[in-house]
Amino acid sequence: MNNKKKDTEEVRLMKGNEAIAHAAIRCGCDGYFGYPITPQSEIMETLMELEPWNTTGMVVLQAESETASINMVYGGAGCGKKSMTSSSSPGVSLMQEGISYLAGAELPAVIVNVMRGGPGLGTIQPSQADYFQTVKGGGHGDYKMITLAPASVQEMADHTVMAFDLAFKYLTPVMILADGVIGQMMEKVVLPPFQPRLTEEEIKIKCPWATLGKPANRKPNYIYSLQLEAEEMEDLNLRLQSRYRTIEKNEVLFEEFDCEDAEYLIVAFGTSARVCQKAVEMARAQGIKAGLLRPITLFPFPTEQISHYANQTKGMLTVEMSAGQMVEDVRLAVNGRVPVEFYGRMGGIVPSPDDVFEALKKLIVK
Amino acid sequence: MTTNDIINPANLVYAKPSVLNDVPMHYCPGCTHGVIHKLIGEIIGEMGFQEKTIGIAPVGCAVFAYKYLDIDWQQAAHGRAPALATAVKRLLPDRLVFTYQGDGDLAAIGTAETIHACNRGENIAIIFINNGIYGMTGGQMAPTTLHGMKSSTSPNGRTVPLNGYPLDITKLLAQLDGTCYVTRQSAHTVASVRKTKKAIQKAFENSMLGKGTSIVEVVSTCNSGWKLSPADSNTWMVENMFPAYPLGDLKDI
Amino acid sequence: MAKVKGAIVVNVERCKGCNLCVVACPSKVLLLNNEANSKGYNYSYMADPDSCVGCSACAYVCPDACITVYRVKL
Ligand SMILES: Cc1ncc(C[n+]2csc(CCOP(=O)(O)OP(=O)(O)O)c2C)c(N)n1
Ligand code: SF4
Repeated sequence: MNNKKKDTEEVRLMKGNEAIAHAAIRCGCDGYFGYPITPQSEIMETLMELEPWNTTGMVVLQAESETASINMVYGGAGCGKKSMTSSSSPGVSLMQEGISYLAGAELPAVIVNVMRGGPGLGTIQPSQADYFQTVKGGGHGDYKMITLAPASVQEMADHTVMAFDLAFKYLTPVMILADGVIGQMMEKVVLPPFQPRLTEEEIKIKCPWATLGKPANRKPNYIYSLQLEAEEMEDLNLRLQSRYRTIEKNEVLFEEFDCEDAEYLIVAFGTSARVCQKAVEMARAQGIKAGLLRPITLFPFPTEQISHYANQTKGMLTVEMSAGQMVEDVRLAVNGRVPVEFYGRMGGIVPSPDDVFEALKKLIVK
Repeated sequence: MTTNDIINPANLVYAKPSVLNDVPMHYCPGCTHGVIHKLIGEIIGEMGFQEKTIGIAPVGCAVFAYKYLDIDWQQAAHGRAPALATAVKRLLPDRLVFTYQGDGDLAAIGTAETIHACNRGENIAIIFINNGIYGMTGGQMAPTTLHGMKSSTSPNGRTVPLNGYPLDITKLLAQLDGTCYVTRQSAHTVASVRKTKKAIQKAFENSMLGKGTSIVEVVSTCNSGWKLSPADSNTWMVENMFPAYPLGDLKDI
Repeated sequence: MAKVKGAIVVNVERCKGCNLCVVACPSKVLLLNNEANSKGYNYSYMADPDSCVGCSACAYVCPDACITVYRVKL
């Protein structure tokens, strides 16, 4: 790496998975713990190649399982360290207990899921079928996870930086919910500038709860999620819920294409949204006033914005690489005001713009 | 000299260590967990390591260890303490990091995390309370439950066809190249308490010296789970647990 | 050999009456009290204080760290 460019942005051509690895090092991540699984193994492979322990001091460790990885993340997060893991669907299923513990202990952490088709061992092809698992709480208990849905290699890098910021701002695990297409495809990416890792003194100020060893002048810090008294457990839940409401108020992100005058709105995230953008262009070329709303945060969901379009459009189409999961949240936002149709492919198949355009035309005929 | 004359700070020979705070421990009367908490408190105090120590508590009866020992603690998911400890020690290499785990936690649900942390030679100390039973959940069979031993899930005694063999995980861990010190102790007599204290201290020193993973198994009693008085539990332990889990160093390099 | 004499103080409220100190004491100094503490435990006490040699055996095996030991050489 060119040392002169160390603290500046850098334009590179690389895979989405590689972009995550580079962005993690650059944003001052302290520890990555992971277990190989296709289609995201390049994240750890890139980190091992880059050997950040020799430059920024970042720890990178191949764990014995995803269960171990997520619990290593818990250990690191408990020390106020920027800790992350990445996996793909089956591995993320294995992490659910740990994610619930992170939420319960109010710890900041970043988890990347480069989704593949399921259920079961499924396929290594891309999918978006872990939407429910992610935004409805795949683990136990009443928790939510901020969920970012990148749709480009650039966003894989940007969301890595943003995910850590959000995780520490709200003391919550944050999921980057990508899919195999974005993980594997190569695009131009502007890598973020280097940010130094926090020193222990900085962590003590930013995370006074961190377990760094108890100095004489403070009480011990405990990282835990156990509350035997029902009232105390409810208090924790109320605190979490009010934090989730704040997140819903402040952190919704989405992108719009041709929405201002749209009569038909497509809602899609990640890879599906890229396909749908093409379909919107095809529709517009034929004089159909179509638009695309791409949620960037899946929790918090752009409910208000979708609701707003329910007053102006004649119908909506949700497109996903699943049997239809996000469509339920779109329907909740629309609340019956206009028809909300669904088009999706499963098992690792990416819908084509033609398929989406056909589905859109069916909605118009209706 | 009267008793009141003797009770004078100048004559003090034994007191509760200050690292162990005044919160009454929730353990059943006579439970070995208390003795080991006390030893950990003594050792951390004597080593002057209160500021440098991060303990990892398990899920099990010791889940509340953090309430009693005034050091920083993380409470792990059931069985995952070695994974937490791995990350903590790697991110804070100059700290003393130890896990405190029961036999269900360490040798059943957390077997993979235990073996791999030991195999990587993580510079942590593992304190392993082997009471041959699941205490916290009400006395179910553990991997370490003895042949014929009754528990709530082996009400007629553990049998090989149904349950397999008692797991001597400590022996297994001693085989791994990543472990530097593997020992099995107990805490039922003055001599054994003294020896266990030395063992834990050595394990802590090893963690700081970066020698690899140290495991101190303490063959323990769970009088509630065993349905015996504390004193009878000790006798039962000597007669039944010790033959299956013989005391002594398994490895010391 | 110099004669030694000891004494212990039991933290009555911490004691759970497990009896391990009573069994451990080589001089048979201790017994469980007929009276219970506020939690209902029959706490241990020096039934025969004159025999205490301050060896700390009781304190070593006490799981609740409720015994403080003092000792003098006579
Ligand atoms: C994932 C999960 N499975 C099961 C439990 C229930 N559980 C709590 S403690 C415990 C066993 C503890 O036994 P051990 O580790 O031997 O410790 P002890 O209580 O005997 O000290 C079990 C099964 C849990 N908390 N989490
Ligand atoms: S149940 Fe057993 S292990 Fe748990 S506190 Fe009671 S005696 Fe100790």
